Amino acid sequence: MKRKPVRLMLIATAIILLIFLLMQPLSVYHFQNYISVLFPKGMIGIEQRNLLLIIQAIMLLIVIPVYILTFIFSWRYRAQNTKATYDPDLVDHKIAEVIWWGLPLVLTIVVSVLTWVKTYQLDPYKPIESKNKTLNIQVVALQWKWLFIYPEEQVASINFLQIPTDTPVHFEITADAPMNSFWIPHLGGQIYAMPNMKTELHLIANEGGDFRGSSANISGEGFASMHFICRASSEQEYKNWLAEVKKSSNNLNFKAYNQLAKPSTNEVALYKLEDKNLFDQIMMKYMHPQKGE
Amino acid sequence: MFGRLSLDILKHNPMQDMAVVGMVLSGLGLIALITYLQRWKWLWNEWITTVDHKKIGIMYIVTVLLMFFKGFTDALMIRVQQALAVGDSHGILTAGHFQEVFSAHGTTMIFFVGMGMIFGFWNLIIPLQIGARDVAYPFLNAVSFWLFAGSGLLMYASLALGHFSEAGWLAYPPLSGIEYSPNEGVDYWIWIVQIAGIGSTLGAINFLVTVLKMRCEGMKFMKMPIFVWSSLCSMILIIFAFPILTATLVMLTLDRYMEMHFFTAGGGGNPMMYVNLIWAWGHPEVYILVLPAFGIFSEIVPTFSEKRLFGYMSMVWALIMIAFLSFIVWLHHFFTMGASPGVNAFFGVSTMLIAIPTGVKIFNWLFTKFRGRVHFESPMLWFFAFLLNFTIAGMTGVLLSSPPVDFQVHNSLFLIAHFHGMVIGGVLFGFFAGFTYWFPKFTGFFLSEKLNRYAFWCWFTGFLIAFMPLYMLGFMGATRRLDHYEEATGWHPLFLVVAVGAVVIVIGGAIQFLGLFWSIIDRKNNLDHTRGDPWNARTLEWSIPSPPPIYNFAILPVVDQIDPLWAIKRGVAPPQHKKYEDIHLPVNTGIGFYIGMLSMLFGFGMVWYMYWLSIASFVGILACLIVRLSSKEKHMIITAAEVKATEEALRRPV
Repeated sequence: MKRKPVRLMLIATAIILLIFLLMQPLSVYHFQNYISVLFPKGMIGIEQRNLLLIIQAIMLLIVIPVYILTFIFSWRYRAQNTKATYDPDLVDHKIAEVIWWGLPLVLTIVVSVLTWVKTYQLDPYKPIESKNKTLNIQVVALQWKWLFIYPEEQVASINFLQIPTDTPVHFEITADAPMNSFWIPHLGGQIYAMPNMKTELHLIANEGGDFRGSSANISGEGFASMHFICRASSEQEYKNWLAEVKKSSNNLNFKAYNQLAKPSTNEVALYKLEDKNLFDQIMMKYMHPQKGE
Repeated sequence: MFGRLSLDILKHNPMQDMAVVGMVLSGLGLIALITYLQRWKWLWNEWITTVDHKKIGIMYIVTVLLMFFKGFTDALMIRVQQALAVGDSHGILTAGHFQEVFSAHGTTMIFFVGMGMIFGFWNLIIPLQIGARDVAYPFLNAVSFWLFAGSGLLMYASLALGHFSEAGWLAYPPLSGIEYSPNEGVDYWIWIVQIAGIGSTLGAINFLVTVLKMRCEGMKFMKMPIFVWSSLCSMILIIFAFPILTATLVMLTLDRYMEMHFFTAGGGGNPMMYVNLIWAWGHPEVYILVLPAFGIFSEIVPTFSEKRLFGYMSMVWALIMIAFLSFIVWLHHFFTMGASPGVNAFFGVSTMLIAIPTGVKIFNWLFTKFRGRVHFESPMLWFFAFLLNFTIAGMTGVLLSSPPVDFQVHNSLFLIAHFHGMVIGGVLFGFFAGFTYWFPKFTGFFLSEKLNRYAFWCWFTGFLIAFMPLYMLGFMGATRRLDHYEEATGWHPLFLVVAVGAVVIVIGGAIQFLGLFWSIIDRKNNLDHTRGDPWNARTLEWSIPSPPPIYNFAILPVVDQIDPLWAIKRGVAPPQHKKYEDIHLPVNTGIGFYIGMLSMLFGFGMVWYMYWLSIASFVGILACLIVRLSSKEKHMIITAAEVKATEEALRRPV
């Protein structure tokens, strides 16, 4: 067989990989204002990011040796290298195998324990402890927009969410549409929005700013337009906003809601909430057999 | 009479029209070519009616290439759309069309390219590796293939007649329910997947029995080649998982056709039940695809290292462990459903456990090279590309398996990057490796090594350019399946990079495609002069001439250790039989073909509510089965003298 330029191949692959390795920190640096998952603005997001980085670091303990060994063995034991030992009967080695069943096992146990503890700690249903009173917001995924209801404040909005910073927010989420997923990456992880079901999510913003939120699950034609702005601001600005909305002449009751629920993609709209139990009424739509609308 | 079929189904946007015209023209061209060459009879006698596993295997691979072309084009359209559709621009596709495209991409790649490849390789390799002359049920094998091919035709039909599903490749209700998807798209999806799925179940049963019952003398379970082991695990997974898919699809069908309420939110149905069921099939499906790829690498690494696979027992137990674990992790696909932390933590940890046997396999492959003589022929290059990419995807897989982390990357492009690393880096590179490795076995000549190398470089670099930025995009909050996005997201530059990567991959694919034709034209210069064992390999398929005669083994081998051909070469094999004998083989039949085509018509009738057509086709299928099952099975006999003459001719040096 013809001689193959092994050296060239290995060096070229290594260079390509190194370029991609270097590109990662560079692109993180370059895009840092946009990388919401790695630079979150709320406690939940930060905890999730930290867990991600820890697991990543643990995994690298095994990935890096694999990479190095791949290159070393490929080079040292290339067929052209007559100086290397050739031992075709080396097919079993107890200690070696114990090591590579054991090493991944130990690392997996570490990651598992970490995950187990953190899964309880970061359960999206668990209220966030804070000196500030929790704000309740009800979220309804519609075709194809988000309806946010502030039941206690008696306001509602479409595709816009305003919250005060350092205040835990408790979201109750449902859908009057195909399944969606409610996600504000700057604040923390997502949860599904499903018809006939109520899911919950606790988030908090520790810094102010405009954060993009969206639906992470395909829900039909207008799905790509299902994004919104979540504005975290000071308590005072939030109160001003509430007062502003309450002056609105747009009233939202069940009848107006049924108009709104028809398929469309919408701009931001703000409403005064007339019907305090709107969310429950939406849930109830699916509680009895029905034919069409 | 025609159900909901009307002339409207021919109305498409210009781009789709172009594809349809191209498809029809190439179909007509092919028909004209076959007529011109007067090959119809040959096609019917040698291929369509065949029950020879080697020919069926080749037909699987050809079908896969045709489907791959479609899935690949879909992928390219997705990439172009996402590179262009930023801000006010809406790219080249409408939202609905874009959704059809990505649904078709996933469906094609998993059900036709992935499944077709594993069945192609099983047909080609397994009987040869276990020293058998045929599969257990040759007729059933033909039926499985034609069900697969018939369903593939239905997939192409959905491009030309009406619409395909817009609900994604797994069609979650309520979106896939009749209320939100009233047109024929989801019905196409249901029947395509249903027919292909039944073909897969039957095929797996066939190969399971083949492996259990037809191994040659002395090949105990722990002496089987590791590709057979990995395939065995994969078959068992199919037999357990695919009935779940079939049942789930039946329920979705009843929801859509008869207003039942298994999965609709009103009327007491529960969409999350569908999501659970579909992933109870869907997760094992991933391993159904990747285990045979592991098997292929486990054959290639020892051959090109001139050394037995390191830690055979470890490898087998790792396979069994992966197969078992794959059934208890399905919930990790929807941690975000809002289950309690206990449930999520359990499924997170069970998922992480899979990292252990997978890690073991990687170390065993590495240490097979240790103190070996490593040859970097192109199959080994694909292994190299696999190892480097698959490790990254495996690492991000562990990240995804931790529920709190998953909440932040679920359904984002991070996830897309992860599983494309698995299916391209793992499955596809595995099949490229297997394709170049076994190609000379079935043709007698090599694929062009030079073109293979060019293709390798394109795929390796292209893959990194096309998928590494997706991890970053996921971190930037980019969700999957977006047909447009705002400029303010800052995603656009990365989407452009990704599109460049896609172009590099396309170049790689084109080189391979042309390389295949070039190698066939130029075969005189690429002949395998060893006439059967070009790689100095170790397993039984290389002990017979290339291409193998119809009966595979003139004399059935006797085996007493792993790597039997290697044992023969080292002079440590057990004594072999010497005498030629009469060989019985099944005769060709067209019934498998009829059943496949009738199933396609059945599906087509169901999609368009032409129930008379479905009923007629179904009766036709039953009639075919009755005719076949009540007729006496005919055999042809190849006499010992004929076998001897054939063998001597085949063994004569060129």
